[in-house]
Amino acid sequence: MVIRSESDQDQFTLRRRPWAERSIDRGFKRLTIVLASLVAVVLLGIFLTVFSGAREAMATFGLSFLVTSGWDPVNSQYGAFTAIYGTLVSSLLALFIAVPLGVGTAIFITENLIPRSWREVIGVMVELLAAIPSVVLGLWAIFVMEPLIRPFLNLLHQSLGWFPLFSTTPKGPGMAPAVLILVVMILPIITAISRDALNQVPQELRQGAYGVGSTRWIAIFNVILPAALSSIIGGVMLALGRAMGETMAVTMIIGNSMNFSWSLLAPGNTISAMLANQFGEADGIQVSALLYAALILMLLTFAVNIMAQWIVRKFSLSYN
Amino acid sequence: MTLATPVRTAGSLLFNPGLKRNRTDKLFTSIAALFSLIAVLPLFLVLIYVLIQGGQLISVSLFTQLPPAPGLEGGGIANAIIGTFVVTLVASLIAIPVGVGGGVYLAEYASSGWFAQFIRVGNDILAGVPSIICGVFVYSAVVATRLFFGQSYSALAGGIALAVLMLPTVIKTTDEALKLVPQELSWGAIGVGASKFVTITRITLPSAFTPIATGVVLAIARAAGETAPLIFTALFSPFWPEGLFNPIASMSVLIFNFAIMPYEAQNSLAWAASFVLVILILGANLLARWIRRFASS
Repeated sequence: MVIRSESDQDQFTLRRRPWAERSIDRGFKRLTIVLASLVAVVLLGIFLTVFSGAREAMATFGLSFLVTSGWDPVNSQYGAFTAIYGTLVSSLLALFIAVPLGVGTAIFITENLIPRSWREVIGVMVELLAAIPSVVLGLWAIFVMEPLIRPFLNLLHQSLGWFPLFSTTPKGPGMAPAVLILVVMILPIITAISRDALNQVPQELRQGAYGVGSTRWIAIFNVILPAALSSIIGGVMLALGRAMGETMAVTMIIGNSMNFSWSLLAPGNTISAMLANQFGEADGIQVSALLYAALILMLLTFAVNIMAQWIVRKFSLSYN
Repeated sequence: MTLATPVRTAGSLLFNPGLKRNRTDKLFTSIAALFSLIAVLPLFLVLIYVLIQGGQLISVSLFTQLPPAPGLEGGGIANAIIGTFVVTLVASLIAIPVGVGGGVYLAEYASSGWFAQFIRVGNDILAGVPSIICGVFVYSAVVATRLFFGQSYSALAGGIALAVLMLPTVIKTTDEALKLVPQELSWGAIGVGASKFVTITRITLPSAFTPIATGVVLAIARAAGETAPLIFTALFSPFWPEGLFNPIASMSVLIFNFAIMPYEAQNSLAWAASFVLVILILGANLLARWIRRFASS
């Protein structure tokens, strides 16, 4: 048995951390807490700013603000129905077109239909599309896309003009081109999220499906898509939130008309386009009315985003 | 030895392209291919037009001169190019320290407390706030209150608005990048006597540098192209930048203002600005991609 000497024990005594080191540690932790809290502060600040600014208009116009469509700065009468309708219709229609395209593209670039290098090229191109600034897309929409699609819209009006949605002659900016540019903007989000979701479906599920004799698309429709569905729906909801808040490209091509029309070929408006156009020059109760509309937009996107997160968390399948 | 000739009977396991199920399979594959084609078509159309319409206007004067007065010809977008760099730099100087610090807190100090969860959810909500609302917020908080030396519209206000937009991306990237750093690294550092501060700043953060840098570059690229938060914070100016406390031009607002003007010269400057902006942003995206690839090899 070895008897430990005094000096041996000394090697294992704990080093007392100097005061400076401890205070730097504590200071750094507090600093990061403060920086993290800034997120909450900013979020609260945004909500309070918009809410307090909107109070005057809420008191004056009440809930009828949501369902009346007059926007009259001269007589200080405001109703945001045209803009709310425009926000919902443009983003839902864009979603309706972009979901099949985006999910289809995601399937095409994950399910081993084409060589890997091709898939990567398509994936990169879709990601680069997401990087193009919305104002550039707006410029392109004004000068290139709108003149390009106008003959088709005209044809639509001539053949289906009896239908309220196509009842006006297309004269340039309008709801339909705005919907198309929104499709271009949200397509990359839907594709990217669907692609990630499909990539996370375990390979065993595919092998199992092929093993019992299903063809590729039977497997995709019955096994792979259902397994990835929750993430895809989450991504679609995120895209919906983005579409509702999208401002620049829509402002430039939607026509910014506060006159309500059922027709998709007529100029319309969205809440964000209205803010972009009027907020800088507004004064008095118009500012408050605009902030009321902004509050509605915030609540809409907030609800959609919360629902997206909830869907992903609630319905996501976990595999061990 | 002879190969057995394939027999196609009802029970054959050989692939028969004529079967209904195989024909449907082909059909769906073609539809998916068509959808992918449609999905990448806008990128080509936009890029081609921006490169052709904007590319033919690239000249020295574009980078050295001010925009012309309405109705006049020529001129350049030099002030807007400088302005975009200034505003984006201000935004980065605010958003990167705050975002990386917040991300460090989430990943290293409180990965699973109610406060961290609250901040994470708040961060996701902030990421979903429409960019125009960020503009409205900064207008009400900074511009309308004349917070900085009694100045209303200013480059600084524009930078703050873009920083609000960048912040969620930087926090999320940092949080997720730090969580991917192997625990053994920080255990090792603490084991040899390093303090938490030293561990984070010298070991954990440097090993997560690549993903953080990638995310930050992407966030900067996105901010540089943003218009909505700037139109009533930084506003626009037809003159040279006059410091941080005055309105400043930026390429994105220039495109917006000049696209809806009925003058040919302004419209072409909008295309030229799009050209410069798209080249810068796609360049930044490729840079981020390159950082990622460089680090993984």
